[in-house]
Amino acid sequence: MNETAVALAPAGYKSEVKPVWCPGCGDFGVVNALSKAFAKLALRPEDIAVVSGIGCSSRIPAYMSSYGFHGVHGRALAAGTGLKIARPDLTVVVTGGDGDGYSIGGNHFLHACRRNVDMTYVVMDNRVYGMTKGQPSPTTEPDWDSKLSPDGTGLREFQPMVIALASGANFVARGFTGDPNGLAEILVEAMRHPGFSFVEVLSPCVTFRPEQKEWKKLVQEDAFTPTADAKEAAGRLMHDTGFDLGVLYAGGRAPYAPRGPRAERPVEELERRFVL
Amino acid sequence: MTTANEHPVVPPGLDSVSVVLAGSGGAGVMTAGNMLLEAAAHAGYYALMTRSSGPQIRGGEAAALIRIATRPVECMEDRFHVLAAVDWENVQRFDAEIPLGPSSLVLGDPDQGEPPAAFLRSGPRRAALPLKRIARSIPDARPNMVLLGALASLVGLPEASVGHAVGKSLGKRPASLGPSLAAVAAGRAAAADIQARHGLAPPPARAGARWLVTGNEAAGYGAIKGGVRFVAAYPITPATELLEWMAPALAEVGGTLVQAEDELASINMTIGGSYGGVPALTATSGPGLSLMIEALGLAVAAEVPLVVVDVMRVGPSTGIPTKSEQGDLNIAVHGLHGDAPHLVLAPNSVADCLRTTQWAVQLAEALQAPAIVLSDQFLGQARSVVDRPADTPALAGRDVAATAVPGYRRYALTDSGVSPMAIPGSAGNAYTADGLEHNERGNPSSQATDHVAQLDKRLRKLESFDYGDAWADLEGDATADAVVVTFGSCTGPVREALERAKADGLRARLVSLRLLSPLPASRLEAALAGAQRILVVEQNHSGQLHRHLRAECDLPGHVTSLRRAGALQFQPGEIHRHLIDWSRA
Repeated sequence: MNETAVALAPAGYKSEVKPVWCPGCGDFGVVNALSKAFAKLALRPEDIAVVSGIGCSSRIPAYMSSYGFHGVHGRALAAGTGLKIARPDLTVVVTGGDGDGYSIGGNHFLHACRRNVDMTYVVMDNRVYGMTKGQPSPTTEPDWDSKLSPDGTGLREFQPMVIALASGANFVARGFTGDPNGLAEILVEAMRHPGFSFVEVLSPCVTFRPEQKEWKKLVQEDAFTPTADAKEAAGRLMHDTGFDLGVLYAGGRAPYAPRGPRAERPVEELERRFVL
Repeated sequence: MTTANEHPVVPPGLDSVSVVLAGSGGAGVMTAGNMLLEAAAHAGYYALMTRSSGPQIRGGEAAALIRIATRPVECMEDRFHVLAAVDWENVQRFDAEIPLGPSSLVLGDPDQGEPPAAFLRSGPRRAALPLKRIARSIPDARPNMVLLGALASLVGLPEASVGHAVGKSLGKRPASLGPSLAAVAAGRAAAADIQARHGLAPPPARAGARWLVTGNEAAGYGAIKGGVRFVAAYPITPATELLEWMAPALAEVGGTLVQAEDELASINMTIGGSYGGVPALTATSGPGLSLMIEALGLAVAAEVPLVVVDVMRVGPSTGIPTKSEQGDLNIAVHGLHGDAPHLVLAPNSVADCLRTTQWAVQLAEALQAPAIVLSDQFLGQARSVVDRPADTPALAGRDVAATAVPGYRRYALTDSGVSPMAIPGSAGNAYTADGLEHNERGNPSSQATDHVAQLDKRLRKLESFDYGDAWADLEGDATADAVVVTFGSCTGPVREALERAKADGLRARLVSLRLLSPLPASRLEAALAGAQRILVVEQNHSGQLHRHLRAECDLPGHVTSLRRAGALQFQPGEIHRHLIDWSRA
C-alpha cells in the first residue's frame, strides 16, 4: 500500500481515454468506484498498476490515470502476480470479467487465491461474453438462450465466491455497480487487506442481458456480516442469493512472500559453485 | 606384483578417452560417473559427461557417458573406449548411444551374466572383474566404487585424484568414505592385469581457472550476469535444472523466483515482472514454448523485454523428453501470429550457454523485445570441465524514461525504434502497456496508420541495431571455398569434424550462428562470400535452419543440407565422412 498525503480528487484517477463501453454499462461504475477508492486511500497514481486480460471490462486500465497493463485473454492474474512479486512496493489491482477470469483464466483464479499475493482482483460479472456479442460465460444461467448455445448450455453456474473461499483467498466480497459508493468502500477494504482480495462485482450488461437492469431491485446491501472464520463464511454462502452484498470474509492468512534465506551478494560470488 | 600407481600406459597416451559406466537402478553408476568426472577434472583434464536413463521415474537402468581429454571437448566421440557395467540388466537399451569398436573394451562382472549381444557385435575386447565379490570382501563397500577404481586405472587417472573426487562426494557421509576408498583401491588393483588399456596422455598445463558446469547452470548464471532478477518457473524436462539452479542463486543476489501453475502463467508472470522494471526470464522446453507463444506476441506488441530459454527436446508433442533435438527453430522464429519481430539466439557449447543467455538478456533489455534462447537437452544437461568463459562487455541496458517527461509517449516513433520505457512508480509517465494495437501514447487504436507505424517501429529497432561480432562464431580458413553453417549443439561435432578434415587437407570455414533471428543477412553473406560449397548441419528432420537461411539470404555456391532427427547426437565421424565425400563431389 502506498497511502500518501497527496490529495487527489477521484476524477484525478481517470484518464482522458473515452471508454468503448455501451451507454449504461455497469463497468462505468467500477471506474467510478475504483477512482473513489484510490482517492480515499490517497494513493499516488504512479504507484498503482491496473492489470487486465481481454473482454469489455478488461479495457479498464486505459481509462485510469495510473499505470496499466492490458494483456492477453485470461492471464491477467498471472501478469499481476509477476508484477507484484517483482515490485512489492506497487498497489496492484487486477481487473476483468467473468469469461476472462473464470473460463479461460480459471486455473489462474484458483492458484491466485491459494498463492495469496497481496493484490486485489475485481471481477465485473455480467454473466455474458459481451465483446464477442453475447455468448454464455461460466456464470450464465443454464437455460439462457444464445446463438452459440441454443436453449442454453445446460450447465450449472460457476460459484466464484465459493471457489475463492475454498481456494484460499484472504478476502472475499461482493459489490454492485449500481452502488458505486458502497462498491468503493468494499474496494478500499479489499486493497487495505493483506493478501489476495477477491471482489465479485455485479456489473449489468444492458446490451446483451437487458434483464439485468432489474438487478438493482434484487441486491441486498450489507447482507454479509464480515467474518475471519472461513467455516462461518462458507456456511453463509450456502444461503447466498447471489445478490447479497458486502464483505463475506476477511481472513488472517499471511500474504505470499519468498521463502528461505535471502541476500544481496555480488553476482560474481555465484561462480564459486563452478570453480574447480 | 605391480602396485596401484605403476600401471603401464601405452606411450604417448591418448588425448581423448571415452568411457561408459552402466548398470541397473540403484547400482550407483551416476555416483561413480560423477566421481570419475571430478577425478579427471582434479587431474587437470577437460571432460564431458552426459547421462542416459530408462523411462522409470526413480531408479531404473542408467549410463554415465564420459569423455576425458587433454583439450576442451564439446561432444562425444564416435566410439567409446570402455563400456564398464556393474550389471547388465536392461543396459542393452543404451545400445544405440554406446557405439563400440574392435579396440573397445567391454568390462563386466562375470557373476552378473554375459554382456548383451548388442555390445559384442563390433568384436570388442573383453575383460571380467568380480566386482560384487570384491566389494563383499570389504565391509560396507559397493561394486560401483570397485568399478570406479578399475576404470580410473584403465584410463590412467592418478589415485590421488580419484581419492579427492570420492572425498568431495562423500564429505557429508564420512562413514562411507573409508569403505569407498578401499573399494576404489581394490578395483584399481584388480584391473592391473587387464591388458586392454586406454591410458590418457599427460594433462595440459593449467592456463587459468576451470569450471565444472552444465549448460543449464551456465545459462542460469548468464541470465543473472545479464541482469535477470525475476524468474517465473514451471517444471519441464530438460529445463527444470536451469530453474532449480536459479532459485537459490537468485535469492543470493536479491532476485526472486516464483513457481507458476502452468506455462501460461509463467510467461505472463515474466511479462508482469519485466513490465515492473525487473529484467525477467523463464525457461521451458518445446511443449511449454508452444503454450507461451500467445504471450510472446503480447511482449512484442507491448514492447516488454524478457527471455525464454527453450531447452529443446525431441518433439513434436511430448516427444522424447530426455533426448535432444533442434526441432524448435521454426516455432521460435515463426511461431507468433501477426508480424511479430523478436530475437532468437542459440548457444553453441556448454560454456557458451553463459555468454549467449547473458547476451540475450542484454539484447532483450536494450531492444525492449522478447528473446528466445534455443539451448537443447544435450547442452543443458551435459556436465563439462571448461575454461572459465571470458567476461563479455555490458551493453546499454533498458532505456528508462526520465521522471515526468512532458507529453510522455511510451511508444514514440524514434529513429532507432526504441522508445524510453516508463517504469511503474515513475511520476508523470503513467501509461497502459497493451497487446491491442496502439498509438504512440499507448492508447488503443484501430487505425491503419498507427498499426503500420508501430509495426515499422518494432521491426526497425531489431533491424537497425548493431549486433557486433557476436552474431556468429567464424572459424577456420576465411579464404576457403568450403563453408559449414550450423548452430547450437551441432557446433561441437562440426568443429571436431573440421579438425579431422583439415588433417585430410580440406580447407574450410565454420559459421556457427548465435543470432538466428533477426538473421544478420548482410554479415552472413559477407562471411559466405566466395564460397563454392556450403554444408548446412542441423539436428532436425526437415532442415529448419537450411530453409531459414534460404529464406533470409542469398547463399552462394552449391548448398547441401546435412540433417538428422534427434535422440542421438551427431558424431564427428559422420560429419567428417560427409565433408570428405562432399569435397570430392
